[in-house]
Amino acid sequence: MKKELSPEVVAVEKHGAERSHLIRILHEVQREYNYLPEKALRNIAAMMDISLVDVYGVATFFRSFSLEPKGKHMVTCCMGTACHVRNSGGVLDEAKRHLGIEPGETTGDMLFSLETVNCLGACALGPVVVVDDKYYGEMTPARVRKVLKKVAEEEGRGQDDQD
Amino acid sequence: MVNLIIDGQSVEAEEGWTILEAAKYYGIDIPALCYYEGLTPTSACRVCVVEIIRGGRSRLSASCSYPVQEGIEVRTNSKKVKRARKVIIELLLASCPNSRTLQCLASKYGVTKIRFRSEDRGCILCGLCVRMCEEQMQAGAIGFVYRGVGREVAMPFHTKHEACRECGACLYICPVCELPCRGPMQPGELCNACLDTVQLEAFPCKD
Amino acid sequence: MVKMTRIDSPSALEHYRRAIKEKRAKYVKTVSVCGGTGCQAHECGAVYEALRAALDENGLAKTVELRQTGCHGFCEMGPLMVIQPSGIFYKKVSPEDIENIVEASLKGNKVVEELVYEDPVSGEDIKKESQIPFYKKQKRLLMSMNGKIDPCNIEDYLAQDGYSALVKTLFEMEPTEVIDEVENAGLRGRGGAGVPTASKWKAARKAIARDGIKYVLCNADEGDPGAYMDRSLLEGNPHAVLEGMIIGAYAIGANEGYIYVRHEYPLAVDNLLVAIDQARELNLLGDDILGSGFSFDINVSIGGGAFVCGESTALMASIEGRIGEPRVKHIHTAEKGLYQRPTNLNNVETWANVSLIINQGAAKYKRVGTKNSTGTKIFSLVGAINNTGLVEVPMGITLREIIYDIGGGVPKGKKFKAVQTGGPSGGCLPESLLDTPVDFDRLYDVGSMMGSGGMIVMDEGTCMVDIARYFVDFLCDESCGKCVPCREGLKQMLYIIEDITEGRGTLEQLDLLKELAEVMRDTSLCGLGQTAANPVLSTLEYFENEYLEHIKMKKCRAGVCKSLITFNINPKKCTGCMRCRKACPVGAIKGKKKEAHIIVQEKCEKCGICFEVCEYKAVVRK
Repeated sequence: MKKELSPEVVAVEKHGAERSHLIRILHEVQREYNYLPEKALRNIAAMMDISLVDVYGVATFFRSFSLEPKGKHMVTCCMGTACHVRNSGGVLDEAKRHLGIEPGETTGDMLFSLETVNCLGACALGPVVVVDDKYYGEMTPARVRKVLKKVAEEEGRGQDDQD
Repeated sequence: MVNLIIDGQSVEAEEGWTILEAAKYYGIDIPALCYYEGLTPTSACRVCVVEIIRGGRSRLSASCSYPVQEGIEVRTNSKKVKRARKVIIELLLASCPNSRTLQCLASKYGVTKIRFRSEDRGCILCGLCVRMCEEQMQAGAIGFVYRGVGREVAMPFHTKHEACRECGACLYICPVCELPCRGPMQPGELCNACLDTVQLEAFPCKD
Repeated sequence: MVKMTRIDSPSALEHYRRAIKEKRAKYVKTVSVCGGTGCQAHECGAVYEALRAALDENGLAKTVELRQTGCHGFCEMGPLMVIQPSGIFYKKVSPEDIENIVEASLKGNKVVEELVYEDPVSGEDIKKESQIPFYKKQKRLLMSMNGKIDPCNIEDYLAQDGYSALVKTLFEMEPTEVIDEVENAGLRGRGGAGVPTASKWKAARKAIARDGIKYVLCNADEGDPGAYMDRSLLEGNPHAVLEGMIIGAYAIGANEGYIYVRHEYPLAVDNLLVAIDQARELNLLGDDILGSGFSFDINVSIGGGAFVCGESTALMASIEGRIGEPRVKHIHTAEKGLYQRPTNLNNVETWANVSLIINQGAAKYKRVGTKNSTGTKIFSLVGAINNTGLVEVPMGITLREIIYDIGGGVPKGKKFKAVQTGGPSGGCLPESLLDTPVDFDRLYDVGSMMGSGGMIVMDEGTCMVDIARYFVDFLCDESCGKCVPCREGLKQMLYIIEDITEGRGTLEQLDLLKELAEVMRDTSLCGLGQTAANPVLSTLEYFENEYLEHIKMKKCRAGVCKSLITFNINPKKCTGCMRCRKACPVGAIKGKKKEAHIIVQEKCEKCGICFEVCEYKAVVRK
């Protein structure tokens, strides 16, 4: 049987090695691995003939990319202005406290990653929290806790109310 | 040739020169940190800003990349320039108190107090090392990573990379690797050792 | 769908258009289900599927046309449904309502009362979309199409006479005539600064392309927090943007285009790619468009999540696959832009206006709006407002009309405090300026700007110092970090404002803040840094009192700045229900059941959850 090609090889072959495809390739590679592994970035730099530090620079410049593995569930709190004036700060604080991590981090059990985003363009629903592509609108600190608990329960990791 | 006015003098400059180059040619000193002859100017430090009057409109612009243009008037030491330059030097010193270059600039341009919160990061992100490594050494071992206030100069994955030949060119060109004469400085402290000896008003304002 | 074939003349296109219209004549009713992001979050997909199934079941599929459209604008009331030709408007539709809708409105001509919109001001039921106050005062020249077309079906756009402006351009107009028309129409860039579009086009047309390549770009990196107009246009009516770009490319003499879309808008990217494919298949894009001899194609470039990429040179750097870092523009991008070639960049909404101008003619177009700001502008009206959503209004309308007549004012009986326009580059305007007409120059005069169109309403529960802090914090993260005044200046600005919001601020710091703001404006490399201080400057100008209160009295009147507030329980109102005790995430509330509780201040983290969950208003925030 033929050896399976790595996602970065597939992506570079699909789009071509011109530098203008770098961001698209990084997106696709990240989709496969759920983050950007060092090895993949090295391969991409070599295949596209871009210096590694440039690839690394792009991967760290843009917020969509992560160099760390992500948890099973992505929790994204929108921090746009419309959400902010409706207390998205309080919602984020509660999500941080409940999960015990800061934005950009992943829980030790690899179940949750917490991210902030500077506007999802779903301002009418604010404050918005997105958990695995599902939008939850009009969030409050108490509600976000409920949502997160529900997800954890579905994973069989329900815990007591007491933090 | 291009005709322009710098600090009241009518001068001629060659097509393609920047204002900084033209000023230098006529012996007019414009401070600059991220500019280095032979490297592509990026206009990042903004220390070299000058006032450019063009078509009756005045604005501050980085002289290291602004090409000379027919009929413009340049002021390198106007009130507006001096004020902006002082704040920029102050900002830089707040992030890098142990740079001799910066401390000397502070003395030279009359910065006697740092009003900002200081924290020593040992780098002003001028990017000279990055350009040196890429353009002159053809190595491309170091570069800018992350962004915004988190921007830094690093090797990929923050580990030594094979592209680095340890030539030391980055250290050679770095403007902040040297302690000031009264160093090491605590964040927020100014050397100002030569404050009394420099003539702050060497070039009077022409406003 | 009619099989798509390559169309190689204007008459063939008209023939095709007629065929589409004839085919559709059999439908007696059309149901549009909004599929915008707002409604999708309210599960409009399930509504659409349920209706689809119900139409089949009831044998209505042949007479009732069903389509999932882009955003209708009234996101507050989603999922939305509109039934034509009667114009019945249903709000907050759920799959369970479908049976009733089919019986009453599709089989019959009745209205399902409980789904009808009730005007919160008059309490009156309003059955038709056009009569709802939210829509009534709008001028929906661009947005109205969103409700009429399925963005993934080019036939819908053609049925609405789409691409007729392109035909007119390619076969009846010289490129310079197109530019003249756009100039006469007075079109100004909708992306922020309001640069006259025609002057950009002229410069790009004039620029000499050494290798013959020029570019036309579309800025769809809508990064302003609180703004989503471009998202809705791209998702709901992508062909309008494509048509505008092709016309612009013809006027400039460009053969290659890019649309730079932010990665946070996946639906917009998907719909755009479908639209481009369909346009290519019909020969509306590609070589020898409609047999005119003019060739132009469009690529989609996806961003990576960086606000600064809305800046032209950063956007171009990002398309080239480099970090999104602006560079100096001493030489204009019209001459040296993408890959150092002549480039013209306009924003989504600007492009969408182009076909309108060509179709209507400049004279008619500029009848809407003011002398120096013609046409309409789409705003996302969000924040503390009753009717949240996208509104398209004629330029020159006052802020008050938008907020009160269209938006229905501030909810929950709270008092209006400020309206923020222009995103992080704009400013916050107080009540006294509500009669300012919305036009590029007037907004600039009062210290804000049009920006891309975010309009965030704030009530008395918003602290203006905190808002300034919010924007500075946002920009600290979103600045590229290249130049000193922006990177270091923003950081110091944040420190100062944090000192103020945390009760350590001094009056001298206010002066320093102003000085720093001016230096950042004068010396930053790109527009982001040059305008970064605007939210600080405008709040300082109009809400200085709040700054002074924070500094002198250590007081935050809105109750937002945590260091300056405390939560307490009023023992007279507390019933001892234990709700707050259970909800407190840090166990700071003590008290037995049916006895008044108390908050242990040392433990309290001021998250406000107790305040939120208390049903007896016993928790007091001071």
